[in-house]
Amino acid sequence: MSDTNVGHLVAVEGVEMVFKRSAEEIHVLRDLNLHVPKGEFLALMGPSGSGKSTLLNLIGGLDRPTRGTVRIDGEPLDGLSDRKLADWRARHIGFVFQLYNLVPVLTAERNVELPLLLTHLNKAQRQKHVAAALEAVGLSHRTRHYPRTLSGGEQQRVGIARAIVTDPTLLLCDEPTGDLDRKAGDEILDLLQALNREQGKTIIMVTHDPHASARASRTVYLNKGQLATEPIQ
Amino acid sequence: MAGPINWLSQVVSITKFGLLGIPARIGSVAAAVFGIAGVVTVLVGVLSIGAGFRRALEMSGSPRNVVVLRSGAETEMVSGLAREDVNLISETPGLSRGPDGPLSSAELFVIINLPARSTGMDANVPMRGVEKAAFQIRDQFKIESGRALEWGRNEVMVGSGAARQFAGLEVGGKIPVGRFEWPVVGIFSAGGGTAESEIWTDARVLQSAYNRGDSYQSVQAQLESPSEFQSFKDALTTNPRLNVKVVRQSDYYAEQSTSVTKLITTLGFIVALLMAFGAVFGALNTMYTSVSVRKREIATLRALGFGSSAVIVSVMLESLALALFGGLLGGCLAYGAFNGFQTATMNWQSFSQVTFAFRVTPELLIQGIVWAALIGLIGGLFPALRAARVSISAALRDL
Amino acid sequence: MKFFHLIWGNLRRKQLRTALTILSILVAFVLFGFLSAIKQALAGGITLEGANRLVVRHKVSLIQLLPESYKARMERIPGVSGATHLTWFGGVYQEPKNFFPQMPVVPEEFLQMHPEFILKPEEKAAWMGTRTACIVGRKTAERFKWKIGDRIPIQSAIWMQKGGSHAWEFEIAGIFDGKERNTDTTQMFFRFDYFDEAREQGKGLVGWYIVRVTDPARSPQIAQAIDAEFANSAAETKAETEGAFVQAFTRQIGDIAMITASIMGAVFFTILLVTGNTMSQSVRERAGEIGVLKAIGFTSTQVLGLILAESCLVSILGGIAGLGVAVLMISRGDPTGGMLPLFAFPAHDVLIGLVISIMLGLVTGVFPAIHAMRLRVADALRRM
Repeated sequence: MSDTNVGHLVAVEGVEMVFKRSAEEIHVLRDLNLHVPKGEFLALMGPSGSGKSTLLNLIGGLDRPTRGTVRIDGEPLDGLSDRKLADWRARHIGFVFQLYNLVPVLTAERNVELPLLLTHLNKAQRQKHVAAALEAVGLSHRTRHYPRTLSGGEQQRVGIARAIVTDPTLLLCDEPTGDLDRKAGDEILDLLQALNREQGKTIIMVTHDPHASARASRTVYLNKGQLATEPIQ
Repeated sequence: MAGPINWLSQVVSITKFGLLGIPARIGSVAAAVFGIAGVVTVLVGVLSIGAGFRRALEMSGSPRNVVVLRSGAETEMVSGLAREDVNLISETPGLSRGPDGPLSSAELFVIINLPARSTGMDANVPMRGVEKAAFQIRDQFKIESGRALEWGRNEVMVGSGAARQFAGLEVGGKIPVGRFEWPVVGIFSAGGGTAESEIWTDARVLQSAYNRGDSYQSVQAQLESPSEFQSFKDALTTNPRLNVKVVRQSDYYAEQSTSVTKLITTLGFIVALLMAFGAVFGALNTMYTSVSVRKREIATLRALGFGSSAVIVSVMLESLALALFGGLLGGCLAYGAFNGFQTATMNWQSFSQVTFAFRVTPELLIQGIVWAALIGLIGGLFPALRAARVSISAALRDL
Repeated sequence: MKFFHLIWGNLRRKQLRTALTILSILVAFVLFGFLSAIKQALAGGITLEGANRLVVRHKVSLIQLLPESYKARMERIPGVSGATHLTWFGGVYQEPKNFFPQMPVVPEEFLQMHPEFILKPEEKAAWMGTRTACIVGRKTAERFKWKIGDRIPIQSAIWMQKGGSHAWEFEIAGIFDGKERNTDTTQMFFRFDYFDEAREQGKGLVGWYIVRVTDPARSPQIAQAIDAEFANSAAETKAETEGAFVQAFTRQIGDIAMITASIMGAVFFTILLVTGNTMSQSVRERAGEIGVLKAIGFTSTQVLGLILAESCLVSILGGIAGLGVAVLMISRGDPTGGMLPLFAFPAHDVLIGLVISIMLGLVTGVFPAIHAMRLRVADALRRM
């Protein structure tokens, strides 16, 4: 299980995650290994509390493991300072959240523009990228709307546009359809699948919905902090 | 349908919820309370300056005493009386008599520059040449330390206020008068009046030091009773050999205090009014927060049948309670920080320093609390109305 | 400023709260302006023109008079380039509440000594030409609606004319303006030659001298030399710079600077609490959003900057509005009706106000901003 193949975009090696709550130590992840090759659409399943989101946060560099290494494209994240990590996230990772997490006081296009504010692009270039991203998620007609005036599915599409606007290599999706009805959820899954197939985005998607994981090219199961290729009964 | 008892218990329970929630909102509550405390402190503090100054001048004058000046003179500073005038005045019937004759003191009023203890800068200190009767006329006159003046000698006594404020004014100290230095032999108090700001010496000695010949500036005298005033005044003003004006000592000093008191009161009110505006905004913010975090709770109560007027009253009660607490805090702060604070200022009428103490009076404290209550009521009203208007169904739906 | 929308959007999130916060800051700055004007009114009057001038008065007190003959003796002291005298007239126009300062002076010398008083040449000539003529400052002329050519009766409490009358009359030959905005133009000046001849008592005596020195840096030595010149005479002197004289005089009213500073301290402390609390509240409420920004790749420093920019924007908006209101209010003049002639908002205090508003923004924003900066992304997202 420990072949550090260079072809892997994501390599999680021997990762342990321990949370301390008062005197008690909670082992969320135990000696966990996961390799995701470039271009894969991976579904990460498991019951709630199994550590799915924690794993996703580690891969996205939002959290640091207690032990072990996370490498993205061969580069270990633990060597990066917080500041470097933030820069790195801005360039390489796109996040999609269950509750969309749009900034309520900004319009759809301003929300999408947010990550571009961290780049050196000028205003015209930023607008071009924003338009392309909104176009890709099929929302060109709702650019000036505030999040509260959009439906859940539309809000999630804005969320995806925001995730892809910087053209990141890796999309991390945390229950992207968890708060949507079946129809809207399907549309979002179609979109993710298209991004994977047509633009070659590597996607890791946390979900507990078998209907969603069916769209992925591979599914792994997380239970009690360890991975399996089959659901554990 | 709700009887008054029921309504009251509704108010009590909603208010209780609000007050119990304060620890959770301690930041914004503290900000509002301190805001109001600040307003009250500044208001009471500034007005206590005016109250103290007025008090010092009120204590200086008794309605039984009269001040005689040259006709046309507003103050002793610009008055002048000759020896003959002074004699005629003291012989006029109606004055009290002491062991040495009528209680009348012909006085001189000059200014000398002495450095203030606090800043080291020169200040205009009033110096008064007096006659023996002066001590009896100021009925609260009392020697605090040292001894009384010996007549005919180059020496001075010093009021307790002046002794506190100006350098060199202690028993055994010396002050420069002209080219000489005169010793300070005693310190006196005079019931808090302006005499306490003054340096006293023998009028005759001062005359020669200032080359004043045999002239004086005022006569201070004590009437047999306050009701003698009119006849005494008429006797002097109708005397063809005199050209003088007669005022009650109390009126004389009250007149001197008006402009400074008015200035301080006007400025104090403007400052406090502006601060009160600021505090209203602070209180509004706090109460809106209080209402918005309890939106669901209030909606639940309304759904259970609590009346909207009970909601309004209880929100205002909460605001009032916080404001009164702030007001009390401010009042205590002002009392602790300012009451009795000794200072000196310029009395423009005598062009010299008056020492006085800030006075935080009960009236000022009540005034401060009233301001606080008003701020609390205004700050509570709009949030209360909003709370009462909350749509029950909408508030229950969102978290 | 590409982040402007984000900052502005956050302020618009709770418009009522932002408005109330801005209003309370506004009030604080109105107060700041108002107190600056009071301070200016009571303690102002130290002008740049006065830097090379000394005031010489009787050692015992200002009300004691000095001989006119001192002028020549002072002008002989090395470093002195001129001397002129003034005398307190202590008069009122019609009734005691119409008080304003009047002083007899020697016109030519006096105007030369005080370049801050601007008088038209023809008005100056008219003043020189008539013995009973006077000049009046713009403020007082406007207060009593006087114009050139008016004859004004002044009742002096101190000085009487030969024959015992305290009533004097002067003809207005000119109305002077101040060079600076804060030059005192409430005074009236009339001719000493007329005054000295007409007065009953005190002939040849004057109130105090203004002495010009060639080198302001040597003022202390020259002041000493002047006092030494008259030591052990019947009228000893005390010489000091005009600034020191005015300062000592204002100090007698009370420690104005201390009083205004403590009021402002109380006000800003209060505002600091209110605004700081509002900012923390607002930051706490959107911990989740801050987490999203960080997940997107905003660095902690950028988050810190955003929050500080927000709090600064609030306090600068409030500050500018408040200073504006203060300028308007103060330009309407003295609220006490004549007791504070120099009531004005000095320009450098406006600048200080702006600096304070920025500092207020930084201080109120710093704790919430640090809180936001330290927020761990994973925790913040969990709170969404």
